[in-house]
Amino acid sequence: MPWLALIRPGDWLIMLLSAAAVGVSIPVFWQGGLADRAIIRQEGKVFADVDLKARKLFEVAGPLGTTLIAVEPGRARVVSDPSPRQYCVKQGWLMRPGEIAICAPNRVSVQIAGRTKVYDSISY
Amino acid sequence: MTRSVIELTVTAEDRRVAWLATAAVGLSLVDAAIPSPLPGVKPGLANIVTLVVLARYGWGTAVWVSALRVLAGSLLLGYFLAPGFFLSLTGTTLSLLTLGLARHLPQRWFGPVSLSILAAFAHIGGQLLLARVWLIPHDGVFLLTPVFAAAALVFGTINGLIAAKLLAEPAPSETPNV
Repeated sequence: MPWLALIRPGDWLIMLLSAAAVGVSIPVFWQGGLADRAIIRQEGKVFADVDLKARKLFEVAGPLGTTLIAVEPGRARVVSDPSPRQYCVKQGWLMRPGEIAICAPNRVSVQIAGRTKVYDSISY
Repeated sequence: MTRSVIELTVTAEDRRVAWLATAAVGLSLVDAAIPSPLPGVKPGLANIVTLVVLARYGWGTAVWVSALRVLAGSLLLGYFLAPGFFLSLTGTTLSLLTLGLARHLPQRWFGPVSLSILAAFAHIGGQLLLARVWLIPHDGVFLLTPVFAAAALVFGTINGLIAAKLLAEPAPSETPNV
């Protein structure tokens, strides 16, 4: 007996509604929603606030040289940086709201922002 | 052997519940043996038995079979009265209540697949609420909701299909292999 014959019309409706509910639950429950902006800072001042939709490359000048930041749909990363330890480069792609890569020696940072503000820690 | 003073009369109904509960417990054990990527994501194969029992013998029998399954399953797997037991109990209670309501849906349109999906959502919903209230009193618990909900949909559909297939076959004779 084919399995499809066991599904009644209302079952399809329930399956569809459930799938929609699962889809809706993703942005509702995943903190801060999806990543939609990258904030690049230099010396603590906002250098660029970009929508994570286009593919772009930013050259940010700092005291040590130029930090190269790549922005792609849904993610961003530090491509190259003159800092000696390369921590921010090794962090790779940043995709979740709240994630941040800081190239401290060159005083450049990239942060991912979502719909709502998220904290990486809270103290009372 | 001394003769017992108390005489328990075992009815056919008791035997049937016992057999069905045994099947459900067996499936719970299979369930536990399947490796899971995330605690809480389980196929819930024993629910197939619940669905079949609900359709064939009614809600009361389904409650009996489920309650015995949670009890015996937890004893066999060693989590009786541990947090997992209460999670299981809450999930089962809520899904039974949902089934109690959902079985009144017009049968022409809504089959075991619908019931199974609704029960799966009720099950995980109950567990998440208990976990939030009691085990991890922080909203972070709900972070995994989309994963659990997706699992409920997938496994609910599969279990519902299996139950529908079993129900499409003729019922076994009323005097089972006792």
